[in-house]
Amino acid sequence: MLGPMLGEAWHAMGSNRMRTALTMLGMVIGVGSVVPIGQGAQYAVAQTISTMGSNLYIVIAGSTSTGGVRTGSGFGPTLNVADAEAIAELDDVTHVAPTHQGTQQLVYGAKNWSATVVGTTPSYLDARSWTLVSGYAFSESDVRSATRVALIGKTAAENLFVPGEDPVGKTIRIRQTPFTIIGVLGAKGQNLDGRDQDDTIIIPLTTAQRKVFGVPFAGSVRVIMVQASSAEAMPSVEKSVTALLRQRHRIREDMDNDFYIRNLAAAADSAAETTRVMSLLLGAIASVSLLVGGIGIMNIMLVSVTERTREIGIRMAIGARQKDILTQFLLEAIMISITGCLIGLILGIGGALLVNAITDMVIVISGGSVLVAFAVAASVGVFFGLYPARKAAALDPIEALRYQ
Amino acid sequence: MAEAVIRVVGLCKSYETAAGLFPALKGVDLMIERGEFVAIMGPSGSGKSTFMNLLGCLDTPTMGEYHLVGRNVAHMPGDELAILRNRTIGFVFQGFNLLPRSNLEDNVALPLVYAHVEREPRREKARQMLARVGLDAYAKSLPARISGGQQQRVAIARALINSPRLILADEPTGNLDSHTSEEIMALFGQLNDEGITIVLVTHEADIAAHAKRQVRFLDGHIVSDVATPARALASC
Repeated sequence: MLGPMLGEAWHAMGSNRMRTALTMLGMVIGVGSVVPIGQGAQYAVAQTISTMGSNLYIVIAGSTSTGGVRTGSGFGPTLNVADAEAIAELDDVTHVAPTHQGTQQLVYGAKNWSATVVGTTPSYLDARSWTLVSGYAFSESDVRSATRVALIGKTAAENLFVPGEDPVGKTIRIRQTPFTIIGVLGAKGQNLDGRDQDDTIIIPLTTAQRKVFGVPFAGSVRVIMVQASSAEAMPSVEKSVTALLRQRHRIREDMDNDFYIRNLAAAADSAAETTRVMSLLLGAIASVSLLVGGIGIMNIMLVSVTERTREIGIRMAIGARQKDILTQFLLEAIMISITGCLIGLILGIGGALLVNAITDMVIVISGGSVLVAFAVAASVGVFFGLYPARKAAALDPIEALRYQ
Repeated sequence: MAEAVIRVVGLCKSYETAAGLFPALKGVDLMIERGEFVAIMGPSGSGKSTFMNLLGCLDTPTMGEYHLVGRNVAHMPGDELAILRNRTIGFVFQGFNLLPRSNLEDNVALPLVYAHVEREPRREKARQMLARVGLDAYAKSLPARISGGQQQRVAIARALINSPRLILADEPTGNLDSHTSEEIMALFGQLNDEGITIVLVTHEADIAAHAKRQVRFLDGHIVSDVATPARALASC
């Protein structure tokens, strides 16, 4: 029964191609524009967050005040390497990396370039899940003996070396101190602020403090990165780190912390919220487009029922039941909407692949959204096809046969 | 004796109109046995079209009984009437009423679609029926490509495909020239000889003369019900 009806629905669609095509347009636009874009934006944020490192806390030293002039946070001498070592002993803490970073001028031969210099320990790479594309990372012993070795980021390397030149083994100077590059970092792209994470040089913490930045108090650091073992463990890690540092710094009950704890997830959340709002907005546009598309389908189906009144009468006379007529027109409406959905998907996916191919943006097409699109298209077909189909099925066969 | 194909008792049908209830049929009694060939005649407004619609199960009577092949169909629900129209009755219309976008084979096979017959037997049966009316060569043509007389033969093939007990023909020659009309009427005569009951509505006396019995309607009543004179039968 459904076989010949599908055939006839296809036939009816084909008998007025221009009209069918225009009717489908609403569905095509609704499905085609939104499915890949919504997914794409979400994927982009998730990617950025994962490059910053997951489940990270940043403990920042408090400010100092000298004769009424206060420095910004991170400049006080309140955190030190011993604090980092104590934090590493806590439960659910996987990596701890004391860091000291700042912008410095790099010099290689006749070229020079300004980049972020990060003095840290080997855990830093693990906490931020940063890999090397060539060479090797420095070790704890490099940190202990303050060797002059460096890992170079992609952007910094591109600006100091000519293309094709291998930075590994070369010597660059930071503030007159020569450093040997022992590894090249993998690309990470921008962080959520839009800063290029690859414009970086990573050197041992001790070397950075002694040769590059110079510290007022031996062993003090500006920032300690703390990575929790899981997202669920983050609140407890935050509490235990705060308690530990207050105890170590001998801060009384009624006094404020002399450090700050920041959560990268919070920044990520707000970014995710932005995307969510964007997705909602796109969803709203899609809904309006699908609604308009659906109304278009309903309109054209009503026209079709009127045009084919006589045909409906003939079918009824030779034995079609109301159900048969209903099914026939419903199938036609669903077929229009699903075909529109298919074309929309093809155009949307094609567009996404094109964007992926010619720009840096990554648009992901998920199987789930394709299924959702189909379900929505079928529901639109049923919802907006039902009224015309019922109208057709309710026709009086005598009146319908008499219709000219 | 076998059950009559059509047995109508006190059939009434009224229509709601702006001027009040209009009675189109005012108590009609009629019995049509198996194998009869009946012409229903009468001027327009006499109630013959209303009567045909009731016989064809396209409409339900206001009052009275209608037994089709022994079943009282006067107050049957719509879907059962549809099944009855599909299996028991074959319709032939004045305007042929073929689906313009379907080829002849699909047109003839259409009643089988609603009888849930599979694709292959459907096509085979449709080709047999087309062969029976001499149009199997045009199976894949669209209705617009053949003449009116040929279209009416296709419509007859469609009416015959479910082996109906009864063929209802509403002015089947109304749109045809006299020569083609004769051909169509000869085809009806042939089917009647094979035992199919035929009821046809016409207002032309020479067409009615092909039937074996003539029933005349006037003003919602049957005013005459006579056998066609033997002379007229012999001449065709």
